Formats: sequence, structure tokens, C-alpha cells
Amino acid sequence: MTTISISPDVPARSAPIDRRDSAMHRLFGTVVSSVATVVALGLGLYALSRFADWSLINAVWPGEPGAMCRRATGACWAFLGEKLNQILFGIYPPAQQWRPALVCAFILFMVVLSLSPRQWRLRTVVLWLVGMAGSLALMQGGWFGLERVPTASWGGLPVTLLLAVCALGIGMPLGVLLALARRGSLPVARFIATCVIELIRGLPLISLLFMASIVLPIMLPAGMTIDSLLRAGIALTIFSAAYLAEVIRGGLQSLPAGQLEASRALGLSWWQMTRLVVLPQAMRKVIAPLTNTAIVMIKNTSLVLIVGLFDLLSSGRAALTDPAWPTPYVETYFFIAGIYFCICFGLSRYSMWLERRFKKGELR
Amino acid sequence: MSKWYGEFQVLRDIDLQVASGERLVICGPSGSGKSTMIRCINRLERHQEGSIIVNGVELADDLRAIDEVRADAGMVFQHFNLFPHLTVLENCILAPMHVKRMPREQATDLAMQYLARVRIPDQASKFPAQLSGGQQQRVAIARSLCMQPRIMLFDEPTSALDPEMVKEVLDTMTSLAEDGMTMLCVTHEMGFARSVADRVVFMDGGRILESADPGSFFDRPQHERTRAFLERILH
Repeated sequence: MTTISISPDVPARSAPIDRRDSAMHRLFGTVVSSVATVVALGLGLYALSRFADWSLINAVWPGEPGAMCRRATGACWAFLGEKLNQILFGIYPPAQQWRPALVCAFILFMVVLSLSPRQWRLRTVVLWLVGMAGSLALMQGGWFGLERVPTASWGGLPVTLLLAVCALGIGMPLGVLLALARRGSLPVARFIATCVIELIRGLPLISLLFMASIVLPIMLPAGMTIDSLLRAGIALTIFSAAYLAEVIRGGLQSLPAGQLEASRALGLSWWQMTRLVVLPQAMRKVIAPLTNTAIVMIKNTSLVLIVGLFDLLSSGRAALTDPAWPTPYVETYFFIAGIYFCICFGLSRYSMWLERRFKKGELR
Repeated sequence: MSKWYGEFQVLRDIDLQVASGERLVICGPSGSGKSTMIRCINRLERHQEGSIIVNGVELADDLRAIDEVRADAGMVFQHFNLFPHLTVLENCILAPMHVKRMPREQATDLAMQYLARVRIPDQASKFPAQLSGGQQQRVAIARSLCMQPRIMLFDEPTSALDPEMVKEVLDTMTSLAEDGMTMLCVTHEMGFARSVADRVVFMDGGRILESADPGSFFDRPQHERTRAFLERILH
């Protein structure tokens, strides 16, 4: 008896369409699912219409006076229009706010410039370093007749961007070094890297920020101070380095031993092998978890508000304290959430693009 | 030379001389230590006793000596071990550019010359995963040749290939042998051993049991273990 018969001559019958797969059947196939569909749809529409009432129809738009907001039942977008600069730039002197605006524009420009793998070379790194030093000098002032603005008066989006760039830009190479040391053959380096990673990962970021802002100054010799923004930057950088290191270590572990053997047989030194063969492959394998960590770290920068720094989120909260206006918390948080979402969603889409790009050549 | 993995001795009193230009085929059952032996020659494995001298350089813990030997000895692996993130050409020019500090143009010329030699110059801009197994192994041979080694080590170069692709790789190896390259091949391709090798070495249990020219090795094996092995693989 034939069990399997494969023949080229018989035309294949097209499979009948399974009606249970159609959307119509799933939503209205039985009485229960019909009722559930109608109820869910009704609730959804109701919520949407209430939200539209609040956010659009009854809203007070920019240009209208603050008093209107007290009477209106809708959203007070006028507040955002009025306080936009304060939310974005904190208590930076209003007349000087072109400086943080320029810095934000520069950072965004550099981020866009660095997206393409073709730009991943020394020139871009130098441009980043020089640009960031210039940005800090511009924010700080005190030269060429620029008014001096201490870091205590910095706030808003530039602080968030500076902290994020610092935590990821310096944290990434630091994380690579930690991961390599932990996987390496030098016992001392391995011990130190393991201790640093485990210690930092074992602490909540908040406690690390507190330690950096309160304990560190006590430990320093009298008269020596470190800027509080810098201290928070250091804490965030070390924290992200520890997490990134573990992600990168996962990538290193996934590399087949044959790659190392081939590199060594060709005579590559340890450093050449690491730079040319190991890291490019390891990093490509962990793009998704690296992105995850990067997104978490960007949002973590908002925790600096507990050590008294004014990042985007705390600047928004500070703007809400003006007695001349009602306190539209929801609207302000909506706006700030929108900025965070744009950054994080953009990063997420970028990482997907990067993965596709790298896969194109390598897979059959 | 002897080598242990922990308590287990993988290589026992290996005593082997290979002359310049000699073609050696090493065969034996799996676990006999043949791969380990040739991996010791470029220090992918460390031996514990005895000495290994390659072109007058003794392999010990001296890193410079190891680099010198690796520059002289190219290696081809069972699983090709091409770098998947680089194109065929980039695979070939990587070591000349970074180990020998050769300018890119010169390394590219050299690589194209060797890719032509293994008959795949038209695949230079593809990635390894886009090639067949036989093509990948020929790229791996070209990649080794780009370092202009004086010795080539082959560690079961055809064992991971589809039967149809074995021939193209063996042909490449044969043409290399005809040019006078010193070759040490761990392989079960007995046809290749018979027609190309100057000497066939049979290993079992970490020892070299027999070492003879292919004629006497295949027709008059001395050792009983060798006879049993040949019977099984020659049908």
C-alpha cells in the first residue's frame, strides 16, 4: 500500500478557505462574541469621544489667557504655549535660551549624522567629542562676553539629552571594556570587571544617584567639589555601562570558537581579533537587547530629579508652580511623554532598520 | 611531543619530521589525535612535553615565536570559519592589511590573484553565506594563501561538504600541491592521499602507528590496526 505518493501531473486543489479564520467570523461568529464585540466597540467609542471633548472641543488653545483655563472643562494647551520655553530649557536665563536651543539642535544633528554605519569611523567620534566639549562650553558661557550660566541653572531638554548622550556614549565603550575583561583571560581584570558589574547591577539607580550626590562629596578632600550635574552623569554612565556590559557579554558568548581560531591562525593579535572579528559580530547579534537597555537608560535620566537636577521632566513640574496659571498636570505630562516617546520610538525603529541592513548581506 | 587534556593524554610521543615541499596526509579513526596534532603546529593547542620546531622556530610560550610560526603556516578548517560579517574579498585582505601592514590596493591585488587561483574571482563582493560549501572552503584556502605561507595545514577540509563539492576543493588542494607547497592534510579522502601525498601517516590512540609512502601504505600496511582501518573505509 502506498503511504506517500508525490506526483507532478496532478494539479493541486486550492485549499478551501477556512471561514473560522476571517475577521468577520472571529468578531461576530457566535452570540457571545457578537455581544462582546459590540460592548467593546461602544466603550471604546465612548472613551474616545470623551477624550476628544477634553483634548479638542473644550480645549483652551495657545494664545488664549490663563484665566480661560480655570473656566474651561477641556485641556489647557494654552499653558504649554506659554510655558514652552520653561519646560524645554528650565530656569536657564530666558534671554540666553538660544544657547541650549543650539545645543539641542546640534545633538539631534549629530545623532542623525551618526545613524548610518558608513559614518562609524574615527572622524565621527572626533566630531562628537569636539562638539560635546563645544556644547558644554556654550551652555556654561563665561567667555567672549557670553554670560556665565552655572550648571545649577541648566535645565530641561538639553540636560536630558546631555545625560543620555553621556550615559550611552561613554557607557557603551566602557561596557565593551567591562564585557571583554569579564570574558578575558587576565584574572585581575576579570575579577575587577565582575565586581564592578555585579555591584552596580545590585544597586538601584536611585541609591547610586544619592551616593554620587551626597556620599561622594563627603569622601572628597575638603575644598574639592565636583559639579552636581557631572556627578549625576558619572552615576548614570557607570550604571548603563554595567548593564550594557552584560548585554555585550551575551553577544561575545554567542560567537563560535572557530572564529577565534581562524583569526589566530591568520596571525591577528588579540586586539586586532577583538576589533575586527569579535566585536563587529558580537554587537550585531545583540542589537535588539542593546536597544532595550538604551531606551531604559534614556528614560532613567529622569530620575536625576531626586538629586535636584532639572531634566525635562522636573522642568515641566517646575513650570506647573506658576500661581498665575491653573496646574494642568495632565497636559504637561502628555507633552513631555510625547518628547520621550519620539526619542525612544525613533531609537526602536532605527535598531530594526539596522538589524535588517546587517542581515541582508549575511544571510542567504 | 606529548599533550594532555587534563588527565587524559591525547598525544603520545609524537615524532614526526616533514621536509620542505613534502605532502603529508594524516589519517586515522576519530579521536586518534590527528586534528590535535596539526593544531599544535600553529599553536591553536599547547603541547606539554617535547618540542615543535617550524622552519627553525621553536614553539614555546614566546609570543613572537608563535606569531612568526603562524605567519608561515596557513590553516584551513573543517567548517571553513570564514568571517560572516565580511565579504569574500574583505575576508582575504583582512590579515595582509592588519598583520603584514600591506596597503589596501596591494592586498586587494594579491587577494584577487589567489581568488582567481581557486577559481572564484567573480564572487569577491559576496558574503560567505551566499556561497556554497565548496566555494566557501575555496575562499578559506585563498584567505590562507593571501598570507603567503610556506606550510598549509588542512584539518578535514572536505568533511563538512556535500559529496558533489568535495572534488572542487580537492582539485584546488591538488593544484596547490603541484606548485610545491608543503602540506599537512588531515583527511579521509584516500584517493587524494594515494595520488597526491608523498607520505601517509596513520594515527590511533594518540600515537603515530605507521608512516609510509602511499604505495606501501595502501598495498602493504604493516600494522594490523591500519589494515582494519583501511578495510573499513575502502570497502
